[in-house]
Order: sequence, then C-alpha cells, then structure tokens
Amino acid sequence: MKLSDVKAILQAEVICGAEHLDQEAITVCGADLMSDVLAFSKEKTLLLTGLTNVQVIRTAEMGDLVGIVFVRGKRPGPEVIDMARDNGIPLMVTEYPLFESCGLLYSQGSFKGPRLAMTSDV
Amino acid sequence: MSEQGLVLEFPLQGANFESAGEASSKIKRVLQQIGVRADIIRRVAIGSYEAEMNVIIHAYRGVIKAAIYPDRTEIAVEDEGPGIADIQLAMREGYSTAPDYIREMGFGAGMGLPNMTRCSDEFDIQSTVGVGTNIRMIFQHS
Repeated sequence: MKLSDVKAILQAEVICGAEHLDQEAITVCGADLMSDVLAFSKEKTLLLTGLTNVQVIRTAEMGDLVGIVFVRGKRPGPEVIDMARDNGIPLMVTEYPLFESCGLLYSQGSFKGPRLAMTSDV
Repeated sequence: MSEQGLVLEFPLQGANFESAGEASSKIKRVLQQIGVRADIIRRVAIGSYEAEMNVIIHAYRGVIKAAIYPDRTEIAVEDEGPGIADIQLAMREGYSTAPDYIREMGFGAGMGLPNMTRCSDEFDIQSTVGVGTNIRMIFQHS
C-alpha cells in the first residue's frame, strides 16, 4: 500500500518527506524496540512507533525502512526531523494510539509482505 | 602482496547517544557509493549499528573499523569497557544488562549480539572483564 493511503487511513499529518508518499510499504511493523525492528523487519517496511528519538531515524536508515508514523500525536524534535530529511525518510504523525493504528492498517490496508506486530505501548 | 581494501575508522564515545549511529551511517554511504548490493549493505549496516550502539551503551570508548574488499566487508569494533563475563549468556536472545533508560530509547532488549550473528557471514567476539570487548564480523558481497 502506498504511504499516501496510510496517511489517509490514519488521518496523519506529514512532518517531512511529502515527496515520497507515492512509495509502497510492503508491510507494517508496530514497535518501540528498535533492535526488534532491526532483527525482524524487511526493507520497505513502514514503522509505527511511540518513540521519537534519533535512534528511530537511524534504525529506519540502517534497515532501509520506507517511512515512520509516530503514534498518539507524538512529535519528534527538530534535529530528528532534520536527520530524517537528510536521509529521505518520510515522517508522519497520527493521533491514533499504536494499537488502533495497527488495527486500522491491518483491516483496511493491502500489503504484499508479511504482517508483523511486535512490542506495543497500547 | 597485501590485499587491497578501503579502510574506514571512526572513534566512538560511550554514552554519546546524540551521535550514535553516525559511523554506521558513513560506512553505509561508502558501500552505496562503491555499488555493493543493497541487501548486503542492509546487513552490514544493521550489524555495524548494533555493534556501535553496544559501545555507546556499555563501554567507555571504542573504535569501529570497516575494511571493504572487492568480495567482502569486514567490521571490527574494539572497546574499552566493563567486558562481558558470560558471552554465551549475552548471546541469548532477550538477555541484557542494559538499564531501563536504555530500554526507553528502544535498545537494551537483548537482541544486539543475536542480530549481529544473524546479519553476518562470520562473527567472532572476544571479551575480558574489566578490559573490554572486541567484535569482528565478515559480510560476503555475493
């Protein structure tokens, strides 16, 4: 599913990387443990997380993730946004909590890859 | 005749979370410029980043070296730190000695060393308590 569809389903606001919203997410991973993301996610995965630090961006960079959605309306600081912009990683923020965000995408989205759900902060 | 390779070396400072991942990011970019396969680069980047994070989390200081050859990339991470008393235990998924504030940053879940072995073609770890830890990973390019 395209990131623009994710934006619509989660009623998300795009923080940066609006030019990348035509990219395809093959699956979604909801997690706050970055090592789990690095261990189990595939490239072109969309990450849903409640963490907003620089390690989230680094994890997306190293793991070739397609984008990040911050849940529960959490917003990263400017240095985190700059790092994402430098690496061409689109960032969005949704007011939905992680559980609902995953549920909405799971029930309404169409994904080509395996569906992964991990540690959540519901 | 010695084998020709490109060597990159970056110092690491324990507890410096702001710049954690910078070295692995630079290594990744060089591999991209060289034209190594994307799936191989991803594995090198993940292994390197996990090793880099371990130094930031657990050690006082360290060095990460990448030696890039036509057929493989070698990552060596050497640190001065507390060392690991029981490597077999540390290699177990889910085992971690990291404090809670590290977990709140998304690390310290006991997946670092298992991730490194999973990503790399060869993995070696040597550690001395009270001295430090050395990790070596080899990633074949094909």
